Amino acid sequence: MTRWRPVVVGAGPAGVRAAQTLLRHGVRPVVIDEGERPGGQIYRRPPPGREVLPRKRYGFEWHRATALHEAGDRVAAQADYRPKTLVWNGAAGVLDLLEDGRAVELHYDSLLIATGAADRVLPFPGWTRPGVYTLGGAQVALKYQDTLLGPRIAFAGTGPLLYLVAYQYARAGAAVAAVLDTTPLGTQLGALPGMMARPSVLAKGLYYAAWLHAHGVPVRHGIRLDAALGEPRVAGVRYEAGGRMRELACDALAVGFGLRSETQLADLLDCEFRYDEPGRAWLPVLDAEGRSSLQGVYLAGDGTGIGGADHAEWAGERAALAMLADRGIAVDDGRRRWLARRLDRSRRFRQALERAFPLPDASAMLAGGDALLCRCEEISASQAREAVVRAGIREMNRLKALSRVGMGLCQGRMCQAGAAELLAHASGCGIGQVGRLRAQAPIKPLPLAVLGRARPS
Amino acid sequence: MTAPSLPMLRRAGAAAVPAGSGALDFRLNGVPCTARRGDTVLTAILLQGDRLRVSPFSGAPRAGFCLMGACQDCWVQCADGRRLRACSTLVEEGMDLHCPPPAAGGDAP
Repeated sequence: MTRWRPVVVGAGPAGVRAAQTLLRHGVRPVVIDEGERPGGQIYRRPPPGREVLPRKRYGFEWHRATALHEAGDRVAAQADYRPKTLVWNGAAGVLDLLEDGRAVELHYDSLLIATGAADRVLPFPGWTRPGVYTLGGAQVALKYQDTLLGPRIAFAGTGPLLYLVAYQYARAGAAVAAVLDTTPLGTQLGALPGMMARPSVLAKGLYYAAWLHAHGVPVRHGIRLDAALGEPRVAGVRYEAGGRMRELACDALAVGFGLRSETQLADLLDCEFRYDEPGRAWLPVLDAEGRSSLQGVYLAGDGTGIGGADHAEWAGERAALAMLADRGIAVDDGRRRWLARRLDRSRRFRQALERAFPLPDASAMLAGGDALLCRCEEISASQAREAVVRAGIREMNRLKALSRVGMGLCQGRMCQAGAAELLAHASGCGIGQVGRLRAQAPIKPLPLAVLGRARPS
Repeated sequence: MTAPSLPMLRRAGAAAVPAGSGALDFRLNGVPCTARRGDTVLTAILLQGDRLRVSPFSGAPRAGFCLMGACQDCWVQCADGRRLRACSTLVEEGMDLHCPPPAAGGDAP
């Protein structure tokens, strides 16, 4: 083993494969994981000591999930694995960690960021009521805790996760009230040719939708999500379909509109960003092998733009190989070319997927005006819009300063997508022109007391 | 709303705790409750009811949102003054958790 000790942040599909690749080349990385065992969110596992979930909970993901869990366990045993550890700040050459309730400084000369993604959510009236959860959250309840939200649960939004989670809930015995997709069926069918780049993934998606149909779960396309109903708890969902308002009774509602890359660490380090039009989001600039604009900083996985778990595994390995090669360590060039081809095909598939499940028009969702835009500070869309008009705001950080949207505990993770759409709409600027919220440390809340006890690692 | 609320969560697998493995006791608003080892604070509370906290602004109840440590919607108060992020904290034997009832309405003072 060399004394060179690169740092990998994240132990999901990208982080695990990156760490495994480094270990295979005789390099022992530090692996920082907010979770308590490797797997990340999409392959989230029960806590240590709890029973293995039955295969049917996972659907077709089971083989890949199991393979990643086994690889993750080897990484945890062989690397300097630090579970339940938060990176809450970063600068050139140093990360600030919260580890066992203590602030710890960790110095690095090579860093691989694999921080993944979470649901992209848009505000709508009632979305703070007990009973409204993200699609990913609904999945975590099932995979991590073996529990079901409900008893009756509806799924709304768009994206592949919509059908996957509805299927997983139905298979686990939940009463699935409906699947409400904001994308018209015609849009999805129009994207099918592009998705033939990865026919097996396409087949799984079609299978989930067909299974739901066959088991009597109503699936509606081209809806507009209007409101979560009920007071104080969710008792139903109102949506518009075919020009008519409809109401559906349910005890819980899971929503999501695709995924949002977790980019705050790359931002704190001052990596260069670019606006990505198809994803309607700002993303770190990368070269073909995962190098950021900063020397020694690499990125992989959904934190660099949404590619999905398979894509993240390949990208994690690719970035680790680039990191090794940059240090003069011999790597298999055939493998690098194979990964490049895989990732290229996967990227074409994901582009088609983005056409198949576009972000709905948020201005329509915000039209009611009484939706809370900011969940943390409870600022409504109409209050934010009024601030935009009154002060002539044209930029996201100005909106934050003058309206407090994005200033709460979540640091804009939940409201940024909706706030950008609202600002673009209210100011008449393009969504790409309004900028993005700059990350601020600490990127997640931490007790003030730990700061007095910081020590170098 | 005075009617007892329907729990937000139910167990997908076997509801019973296998004998001698993993049942633990905690208190919710002073009432003794039972959880399973490996349950998060969020799971333990939402198997009993449908709220975790109330908003400091409107007094409206909240019950978590993302369940993966991103949204910060699930901070729960302990009797000893600690606040726990319920989705990413495992419940422990003897925890004394508090979920205040919703305010009568309007902004908190």
